[in-house]
Amino acid sequence: MEGLINAWEGLPEMWQGLLITTASVIAVMMGVILSVAFTTLAERKVIGYMQLRRGPNRITLFGIPVLHGLAQPFADVIKLLLKEVLIPAQADRTLFLLAPLIVLVPALTAWAVIPFSPEFVLADINAGLLFILALTSLGVYGVILAGWAANSKYAFLGAMRSAAQMVAYELSMGFAIVGVLMAAGSLNLGDIVRAQQGGALSWYWFWLFPLFIVYFIAGVAETNRAPFDVAEGESEIVAGFHVEYSGAPFATLFALPEYANMILIAALASVMFLGGWLSPFEGYLPAGWWITEPSFFWLFAKIGFFIFIYLWIRATFPRYRYDQIMRLGWKVLIPVTLVWLFVEGIMVWLKVGPWSS
Amino acid sequence: MFTGLLFYVFSAVLVAAAIGVITSRNPVHSVLLLVLCFFNSALLWLLIEAEFLAIVLVLVYVGAVMVLFLFVVMMLDINVVRMREGFTRYAPLGLLVALIVVAELFYVLWVREAGLPGMDSPVPLPEGYSNTEAVGAVLYTDYVYPFQLAAIVLLVAMVAAIALTMRRRAGLKTQDVSRQVAVRREDRVRLVKIEAERE
Amino acid sequence: MSRMRTWLKTFLLIELLRGMAVTIRQFFAPKVTLNYPEEKAPQSPRFRGLHALRRYPNGQERCIACKMCEAVCPAQAITIDSDVSEDGTRRTTRYDIDLFKCIYCGFCEEACPVDAIVETRIHEYHFENRGENVMTKEKLLAVGDRYEAMIAADKSADAPYR
Repeated sequence: MEGLINAWEGLPEMWQGLLITTASVIAVMMGVILSVAFTTLAERKVIGYMQLRRGPNRITLFGIPVLHGLAQPFADVIKLLLKEVLIPAQADRTLFLLAPLIVLVPALTAWAVIPFSPEFVLADINAGLLFILALTSLGVYGVILAGWAANSKYAFLGAMRSAAQMVAYELSMGFAIVGVLMAAGSLNLGDIVRAQQGGALSWYWFWLFPLFIVYFIAGVAETNRAPFDVAEGESEIVAGFHVEYSGAPFATLFALPEYANMILIAALASVMFLGGWLSPFEGYLPAGWWITEPSFFWLFAKIGFFIFIYLWIRATFPRYRYDQIMRLGWKVLIPVTLVWLFVEGIMVWLKVGPWSS
Repeated sequence: MFTGLLFYVFSAVLVAAAIGVITSRNPVHSVLLLVLCFFNSALLWLLIEAEFLAIVLVLVYVGAVMVLFLFVVMMLDINVVRMREGFTRYAPLGLLVALIVVAELFYVLWVREAGLPGMDSPVPLPEGYSNTEAVGAVLYTDYVYPFQLAAIVLLVAMVAAIALTMRRRAGLKTQDVSRQVAVRREDRVRLVKIEAERE
Repeated sequence: MSRMRTWLKTFLLIELLRGMAVTIRQFFAPKVTLNYPEEKAPQSPRFRGLHALRRYPNGQERCIACKMCEAVCPAQAITIDSDVSEDGTRRTTRYDIDLFKCIYCGFCEEACPVDAIVETRIHEYHFENRGENVMTKEKLLAVGDRYEAMIAADKSADAPYR
């Protein structure tokens, strides 16, 4: 131990910084990937419970007799990684194999600017919100390419639908974010959280409620989740853009980014509308207790809450028809956000709500 | 030193991708290489600490414009043989344009040699300086009228594009979702009491 | 007025929330899934599963090679060859049921005049090699010998209704 500490202090400062950064990046990545694994399990469990089933309950972790099914994601991952990788004849080989990576990279990179706790954020950049918007808009390339490169009509149709849908919902999502931006006066996610200080009612969901709802709906659509999952649409186009994928590319194209994006949207929603790492009881209960202190736990709980809503929605609603999705995106969500931005402008002008000071 | 190295790497990729755009046979590959170009130019902007411009470039061009391009290009069924037919006919014109561009480049380089001030490497910005705020401050004060004017022009263009493509053909059986959604039971179902038949 | 109400209903997401209330109620409701290998759904004594050939209590085969089952089988899954046995009775030399062809309709059991071929309630079986899908006479008799007690109980339970 002594020797290790000495070796550490002997390193030049640049190397120390590099090592710390690498270690925290790996920690966040592992955290995200593990969360993805357990989100898949949670999804199957929650939907199972809502359909009066039990969900996966066979594979235990290290033979511990409690929590049956807890190791299911690991079994799934091992199965997927060991399967044969099929490449269709006539497919564009390079792009076919590149597409999963193009989906995966932005989905993981976006986590760099999420503030996890008052002290810990990987990259504390000023234009954090814009960075996230830019990265989430890149994921669509992987989907389009996956559909095109496979040279299959179903995959192509799925890719087309997915692209149109993502472009449509990005707008309302962007507008919802503009509302947050107007309220917080900063693009830095940490500053946005700090601007919401003061208990559950001073978080932005209260004053920006329509934007909050629009953001979440757009987020569900953006991640191609039910009820907006026409890009997959099993009953019409088999599995959409990832029909031709199998094995490891399937895991990296479909499972990992989809769930990582889901968790990302949940994390962003908690950061922008539910005060991120802040405690909901701040100012309502006596200070100095852990329950009123800001901590990573609160962010984690809020993300879990949103993930549950995601699954709850999926278990409840039937899939939208494609033209209904387009109508909802262009004709409902965007006008709602525009109207509320106008209302918010008036609020700022009259100095009501969070702008009273 | 490190930034310099990054600059050369990104510029090399940028130039290579740009050449790829015009030499690639497959239009989809061309579009993707163009995306790579945009990406690398965004990275170059990041190097001179213009993060707002860099992110907006990615957001607008890569995230929206090129997606639509890709959308269109993927739908095209391009016949390579027919495209080649015109090659010899237009080759002289192409050569002429290329010559002019090369000449201009030489001219610029020569002028610079002749004592025009080149751009120095940027000075590091002070801590806490926000690029976004700086752009915003200028955009909404000094240039607010041009900015609004540009917005109006874009809006008009958008309306015009929609107006041009919106055609109401007679006898078209599309669904009106709003009306479908707004339907209530009373509009569709009429409960009638029918007396049982008696012989 | 009614348009106003529809509008409000749409924007307050009333119907969606009502749907979500239904699912969350089910979330906490008791689950009905059976944990299959440990728990099993009750079976009828008439269950039509794997076939078996029965014997009389003295050990003699019941089957007299009348080929009624072969004739009635809609999937033509049964193949029978017959000969005179050592004790002078008519017996099968071959009695094959191809389980891939069989549709488990139970007609063979109905047609059998001596209750020789029966369908048992066994439904958890599998094949690991090609050709194992054909149940030969020996295999069928072995099944019958092994589960005779169960088969007899099932038949007597069903007897009052036949």
